[in-house]
Amino acid sequence: MNIFVCVKQVPDTETKIVPSADGSFIETSSIKWIMNPYDEFAVEQALLIQAANAGSTVTVVRVGSTKDTEALRTAMAMGADDAFLVEANDNLDSYSIAKALKGAIEKSGKKPDIILTGKQAIDDDCLQVPQILATMMEIPSVSVVVGYEGSATDITVKREIEGGAIEVYGVKLPAIIACNKGINTPRYASLPGIMKAKKKPLTTLSLADAGVSEADRRVKYSNFQLPPEKPPGKKFDATDAAKMGGVVKEVVGLLRTEAKVI
Amino acid sequence: MAKILVFAELHGTHVKGVTLEILGKLAGHTVEVAAIGTIPGEATADLAKFGAAKVHSLKGSNLDKYSPEGYANALHGFIKAGNYDYVFAGATSLGKDLFPRLATKFDAGMVSEVTNFIMEGDKFSGTRPLFAGKCFAKVELQGPKPYFVTVRPNALGMNANPTAAAGAVDESAVDAGAIRAMIKEIVKGTSEKLDLTEANIIVSGGRAMKDAANFKILEEMANVIGATVGASRAAVDSGFAPHAMQVGQTGKTVAPSLYIACGISGAIQHLAGMRTSKVIVAINSDPDAPIFTKADYGIVGDLFQVVPLMTQEFKNLLGK
Repeated sequence: MNIFVCVKQVPDTETKIVPSADGSFIETSSIKWIMNPYDEFAVEQALLIQAANAGSTVTVVRVGSTKDTEALRTAMAMGADDAFLVEANDNLDSYSIAKALKGAIEKSGKKPDIILTGKQAIDDDCLQVPQILATMMEIPSVSVVVGYEGSATDITVKREIEGGAIEVYGVKLPAIIACNKGINTPRYASLPGIMKAKKKPLTTLSLADAGVSEADRRVKYSNFQLPPEKPPGKKFDATDAAKMGGVVKEVVGLLRTEAKVI
Repeated sequence: MAKILVFAELHGTHVKGVTLEILGKLAGHTVEVAAIGTIPGEATADLAKFGAAKVHSLKGSNLDKYSPEGYANALHGFIKAGNYDYVFAGATSLGKDLFPRLATKFDAGMVSEVTNFIMEGDKFSGTRPLFAGKCFAKVELQGPKPYFVTVRPNALGMNANPTAAAGAVDESAVDAGAIRAMIKEIVKGTSEKLDLTEANIIVSGGRAMKDAANFKILEEMANVIGATVGASRAAVDSGFAPHAMQVGQTGKTVAPSLYIACGISGAIQHLAGMRTSKVIVAINSDPDAPIFTKADYGIVGDLFQVVPLMTQEFKNLLGK
């Protein structure tokens, strides 16, 4: 099988986000970049599918800046065979990213049997790219997937919806599966894996090579700013058992009379 | 004037709250509504009350259950025929899954999960959180129309004085087309409560809950005040709660009216996911826990004593 994984490189979840001076994006100079956490599940699922289908290859594709290639090297250290990087700014919109991914997959010369992605990237939180890519490629897709089983042609996947309910889908491949936490437990890259990854092929493309131009932008972002700070709230000491009852009664009262939420 | 469609989702005999929030926000514009299947009378009445000029009931085979392809094909045909400029929906599981597909069928753009927006004449501009709410940006759409927008539930709030419209029901036949990813079965969740992303009140537990079994004290409080129970990543990683309950950057981003954080220290990735809650109550034994910097009402104390007392106070207040 030709297995593809799309990954994104995002700021570490512990990062303090600072808007850039002109408000056009965020300050990216001092950010620690990591593979989007949900994409780790996609890489792991690709490797599991490869192990179950002899002769399969796993190709990782990423669209983004070249500040470092952490996400792609991590995926290859985990076991992916080769990688494509489409060089672009980190503030592309979902439509442009999906079109660039499609372009890169076509450039690989391999026809995908399955494409795995994370359910969302934790930078722009759009949850759009897998669905856009599937529509552009005219293949089915299921998003927010927490369970996977099947053959090289037919799969059954579990999609998580509201309230933890599950929709069970039967899907004919080729298809795109966008993975959520719970689908598997991603492996750690081993030291030999990290050494080997350095020698694995990484092809770099420009956005133009992938068939994307500025005319493909659909969503324009501006005015990046921090959320308004809340005024300081009221703090009550309930460490003393004697006072506790009074404090709780007062807070519950304030929730009705002052905050008006109960 | 822009021709606007709101895609409505039904929940039993009612329309989901976020649909009405969007309609209320669009007061002053002529807005039509479409939903898949038969629309119950109560839902139609609410839609009219909040300003739906027309309510389109879309019917066709293979649409009794959601399927990404079937719904996208059906709505694509309907929207194309209606020549709409803007199409809105709630950022629910279904809205998030469906709208990117639908937009791409028109080669058009989509803005995900705005928390506010304005329509100046024919021009939309919205505000949306990025990095799970660590920052916000202005968003506008360009390129081919129609433009697609999803709106975060609870973010706009209900319009207290909506402008009513006719709400005339109209039935349209739609075609689901070929479906290659089909639902075989739906497994119900363990909870019948509103999802975290739609809940009006959330009671959340952190690492200090110590054990999955201790979440029952949060459940008891939640039952009294009609809340949904959530958890921090620390609690989920410790195995106290499933990932579906996780609030934060790698879980769900929520915006309830009231968020009660119990034994949650307030890691940056958790704060990002809940800081837009209207009122935040924090209960924590550590007076220096970062959660207190975001709390409207902070209680420094042992949650295992404070939570049951608070549940009792809520019972007294609500006469339960």
